Amino acid sequence: MNDITMLWTAAYIAMLAAFTGYVVISRVPTILHTPLMSGSNFIHGIVLVGAMIALGLATTPLEQAIGFVAVILGAANVTGGYVVTERILQMFDRSGRKQKEGGPR
Amino acid sequence: MTDFSWVIDPVYIATIFFFIIGLQRMSHPLTARSGIVWAGVAMLIATLVTFLTPGLTNFALIAIGIVIGGGFGYIAAKRVAMTGMPQMVALFNGMGGGAAACISAIVLLGTVNATSSLAVTGGIIGAVSFAGSIIAFLKLQGWMRPRPITFPGQQGINTLVLALALITGSFLVLHPAGIPATIGLNLPLFFLLALLFGVLMTLPIGGADMPVVISMFNAFTGLAVALDGFSFATPNFAMVIAGIIVGAAGSLLTLNMAKAMNRSLTNVFFGAFGATEEEGVQIQGSMKPVEVDDVAIMLAYADKVIIAPGYGMAVAQAQQKVKELTDVLERRGIQVKFAIHPVAGRMPGHMNVLLAEAGVAYDHLFDRDEINLEFTGTDVVLVIGANDTVNPAAHRQGSPLFGMPVLEVEQAKNVIVLKRGQGRGFAGIENDLFYRDNTRMLYGDAQETVGKLVQALKKL
Repeated sequence: MNDITMLWTAAYIAMLAAFTGYVVISRVPTILHTPLMSGSNFIHGIVLVGAMIALGLATTPLEQAIGFVAVILGAANVTGGYVVTERILQMFDRSGRKQKEGGPR
Repeated sequence: MTDFSWVIDPVYIATIFFFIIGLQRMSHPLTARSGIVWAGVAMLIATLVTFLTPGLTNFALIAIGIVIGGGFGYIAAKRVAMTGMPQMVALFNGMGGGAAACISAIVLLGTVNATSSLAVTGGIIGAVSFAGSIIAFLKLQGWMRPRPITFPGQQGINTLVLALALITGSFLVLHPAGIPATIGLNLPLFFLLALLFGVLMTLPIGGADMPVVISMFNAFTGLAVALDGFSFATPNFAMVIAGIIVGAAGSLLTLNMAKAMNRSLTNVFFGAFGATEEEGVQIQGSMKPVEVDDVAIMLAYADKVIIAPGYGMAVAQAQQKVKELTDVLERRGIQVKFAIHPVAGRMPGHMNVLLAEAGVAYDHLFDRDEINLEFTGTDVVLVIGANDTVNPAAHRQGSPLFGMPVLEVEQAKNVIVLKRGQGRGFAGIENDLFYRDNTRMLYGDAQETVGKLVQALKKL
């Protein structure tokens, strides 16, 4: 594929992905806004994959240094984003179980 | 060695599929927790399979970087208290933006081709998101004054910095000969300007608007990641799609939050909310303090009590005591409801999370619009550490809060405000509610005070 075809392919993909993101979020109740913001924060942690590739293909020391920083930052984004989201959602889970154990009031 | 790189694309496709499923599950309370696990497993596999990328070297550096960054992220996220979650989201989002900016820099240092304009755009967005998120983090963490920081000619300077960043960026695209001197000078300048703009655009934003800003930077980082993914010589579509999904979802989330606060985005970024005080308004009346025992009696003989929590409850970690108070009151046959303002706390849903942690059932929590119809017939409203979200000044034209939908607690027969001191709310605006005839102030640490209330009620 040449660059122009590539650009249009990307545009098609971008359009569909944007629509997907919009639709998935539009049904979310207010109470889940915080975990969801955190969850989408985790998902853009896929930047780690890009950082790994950038560092892995780096040749000069400067590129390696920047790539190393990118991997550190990306890895922190992924793990931190996951743990924060997990911790927030855990509370919803626990309270749900408590409710069931307590039975109807 | 056998070439296993053919598995990369199928795995990336599966990753995207699970990300979408994960997000969808996260949008319902019952399936939310499994949602993040789906996304997490997908992310882990995507990371592992990336090691198979053809031509990849520096494996040791990659592994060390993952251990350092991952270790920091894990420990920081595990150790922080629930009240600190909003700034952690800001911090980790900023790091993602920083990673995206670094990737752009590497792409721009390498062979320049038709897609370098994408790397430049990704770089500027990533750098702005990084710098802005760090400022948001510092403000929320209290390591920096949360009030808006303004100075004369601010918007002119901001625009100038952005324009300079764009100009240096376009030089990077237009002079692709790869002349080391040009790149060597322009590239650092470009990123410095982008970082500076990120700092400058966040400085005038007040603490009350931070959730909106964090959400927007979250969308920014998503977009930067997508642009970076496409700027590679071999485009990485996992990054492109995941990034765009976050960009779109984050933008919608940002607009929803702004709408919940009745603030337009222009207002958020240029309004310097809370920086200016309205003049010529004299609040009538005085603040009237009250004792715990009197409040306990008032509660004991009420038919219906509504609790309106705010950030103060989160700071004092009072949610457990509040749950006890609810139980004590309900045992006496008193109806207890919670009034949840969508932006109470530092993030939408903050209160829901804390109350869920303490074990308060979902069916006790009511949205602003729902509960506003009920205050008129309510005997006692307990305002626990909320301020701006219950400020009737929002109904008065000219107030900086004007137009923001608030909890109309002042319509109840009695309003008890639990508050640490006489200070103002996060928005820095005087609260009319505290001076109303039917309002009493109960000063002290929320956790301690609610604990005393529970004890007093048990004795009655």
